[in-house]
Amino acid sequence: MLKINNLSVKVEDKIILNGLNLDIKPGEIHAIMGPNGSGKSTLANVLSGKKGYDVSGKIGFDGNNLFDLPIEERAHKGLFLAFQYPIEIPGVNTTNFLKTSLNTIRKSKGLKQLDALEFLDIIKKKAAKLKIDEKILQRQLNVGFSGGEKKKNEILQMSLYEPKMIILDETDSGLDIDALKIVADGVNTLRDKKRSFLIITHYQRLLNYIKPDFVHVLMKGKIAKSGCMELAEELEKAGYEKL
Amino acid sequence: MKQSPIDTSKEYKYGFVTDIENVKAPKGLNENVIKFISNIKKEPKWMLEWRLKAYERLKNLKEPNWQKPKFPKIDYQNLYYYSAPKSFENKPKSLDEVDPKLIETYNKLGISLKEQERLSGVAIDAVFDSVSVATTFKDKLTEKGIIFCPISEAIQKHPDLVKKYLGSVIPITDHYFATLNSAVFTDGSFVYIPKGVRCPMELSTYFRINASQTGQFERTLIIADEDSYVSYLEGCTAPMRDENQLHAANVELIALDNAEIKYSTVQNWYPGDKDGKGGIYNFVTKRGACRGKNSKISWTQVETGSAITWKYPSCILQGDNSVGEFYSIAITNNHQKADTGTKMIHLGKNTKSKIISKGISAGKADNTYRGLVDINSKAQNSRNYTQCDSLLIGNNCGAHTIPYIRNKNASSNIEHEATTSKISDEQLFYCNQRGLNQEEAVSLIVNGFCKEVLQQLPMEFAVEAQKLVGISLEGSVG
Repeated sequence: MLKINNLSVKVEDKIILNGLNLDIKPGEIHAIMGPNGSGKSTLANVLSGKKGYDVSGKIGFDGNNLFDLPIEERAHKGLFLAFQYPIEIPGVNTTNFLKTSLNTIRKSKGLKQLDALEFLDIIKKKAAKLKIDEKILQRQLNVGFSGGEKKKNEILQMSLYEPKMIILDETDSGLDIDALKIVADGVNTLRDKKRSFLIITHYQRLLNYIKPDFVHVLMKGKIAKSGCMELAEELEKAGYEKL
Repeated sequence: MKQSPIDTSKEYKYGFVTDIENVKAPKGLNENVIKFISNIKKEPKWMLEWRLKAYERLKNLKEPNWQKPKFPKIDYQNLYYYSAPKSFENKPKSLDEVDPKLIETYNKLGISLKEQERLSGVAIDAVFDSVSVATTFKDKLTEKGIIFCPISEAIQKHPDLVKKYLGSVIPITDHYFATLNSAVFTDGSFVYIPKGVRCPMELSTYFRINASQTGQFERTLIIADEDSYVSYLEGCTAPMRDENQLHAANVELIALDNAEIKYSTVQNWYPGDKDGKGGIYNFVTKRGACRGKNSKISWTQVETGSAITWKYPSCILQGDNSVGEFYSIAITNNHQKADTGTKMIHLGKNTKSKIISKGISAGKADNTYRGLVDINSKAQNSRNYTQCDSLLIGNNCGAHTIPYIRNKNASSNIEHEATTSKISDEQLFYCNQRGLNQEEAVSLIVNGFCKEVLQQLPMEFAVEAQKLVGISLEGSVG
């Protein structure tokens, strides 16, 4: 699904990622942990196509060369990033935004456009399933949302667009235990043999609910160590210092 | 990394020219040209005298020059003041007699003049250069006593109403462009809603400039008698030309006791090309008088076209408890310039006004909100609320807010809020990540920014206006 080969990333001559390799197969959940400033969010941004990075290396995504695709085409082809800090867009109604996005993605796949009623039917079911209060749908996109509401909105969109490759960028940070469960439920509901996840996190907490197949530690721009859940537990006890 | 290319070559969709034989007044501005216009319109003598009085006054006036967008000197002697399709020498009596080329022109613009093909809730008056081509649903409106016709027809058929109200809000002694219009106006719409009647459909005028080197001087007069209601909408387009064309319209609204007029504009005159060549000078005077108690006038404008837009749709709140509203979206892209806003003149007691202005600037454009709120010493307990928001796209455009506030009454209250913001790269990235390309993202964000104003438009036009907002900003993000 996602094959990262020797990825290096610089911002204004500062090296952030330095020869990173990672292979995520369909149906796998990979977690990336690492100390502050180790380049975790940079990795998420580069994968989704954010500008401002000097990039080298190769990334294959579901049969495409990822760097050939502009941001929106990556999204059309099923790459989804749940933002660490979801952006506020004043004046834009959340329902309208979600509907426009979904229809744009559907259009790229040659699927029929949903009208307002069809869309509301779908989104209400999704929200109910994830136990997300549908009131957020009537508000302006992320404007005045609490931290938890913003993250729930990301999870709701994740379940709505049904992407193939999902990247969660510290979606768990700042969440109380109930919100954390909603995030975990969102991931577990979507989990299947074809869909892949890359979960970026600081803590083991979220992983207890999700149970990733692989855990990697990112340090100094590279994967310093890979393993299974036990690695996350070890890190929680001993910290990153020892690695 | 690669970015999706943005197609900046998309052209102004309404830029075509209808090849049609015209009858024109001789070039230039003088008494004979005014007599020519009055004569060809078969006007009564009083109307010609009124025009000539305005022309006398014009000789002593100078163009105002306090506005922010400056423009090269207009050679008023090098313009045609009247141009009409030749087939209108004998005015067609029904749509079947109208030159098919004209009907086709309107079809191309998305306006069908055949009643059965029209949206059932909208009656239309179509003005082509200096004449009205057709007015739909006249019979249905006549049943209710509503008059909706070209102003040239009203001058002949309803002289009492025209005499009483024409120039009563914008006197012939007003500023240069208004007075010029009074001297040479050609066509436009006339609306009279009788006492107690609620107009059952949207009334709409579609203005089209076609001929070159021709100014369009439209004149619209709307009178809402006691306890009546009307919603009126105007739309405008013009061909793409290298020259700048002048459009100097006068619109007068009169609302009597308990009457309400809702006036909406979707202005999409040719804005000029990417380098600022050509485009319409849209210098328009729009003024409404809330003459009766509890009357209300609401202006909504979506200004996306024109090289220069220079207009201040205003309300004179004479009647006690009367209400004036101004909702505006002004979008400028490339080299377009706008200096627009409103004047709210509070004269009566307990009068209220509300101003919501959204200015959007992209490319190398410059956008100014200029507005006056004036509360007279006798206007007890009056209120104004003003909100001016500016949105910038890119680093080479400008936004300016110039409010003038005068309050001579201690019991009255004026509030003014203003914000300036920019579409951030983070917002665009977020939208891109959710599948929207740059243009779709800009359109969505800008439509959200303008929502309060778009909501004021009649439903039939709101969707069109939303699309137009997106199209006007195409290519604005690199």
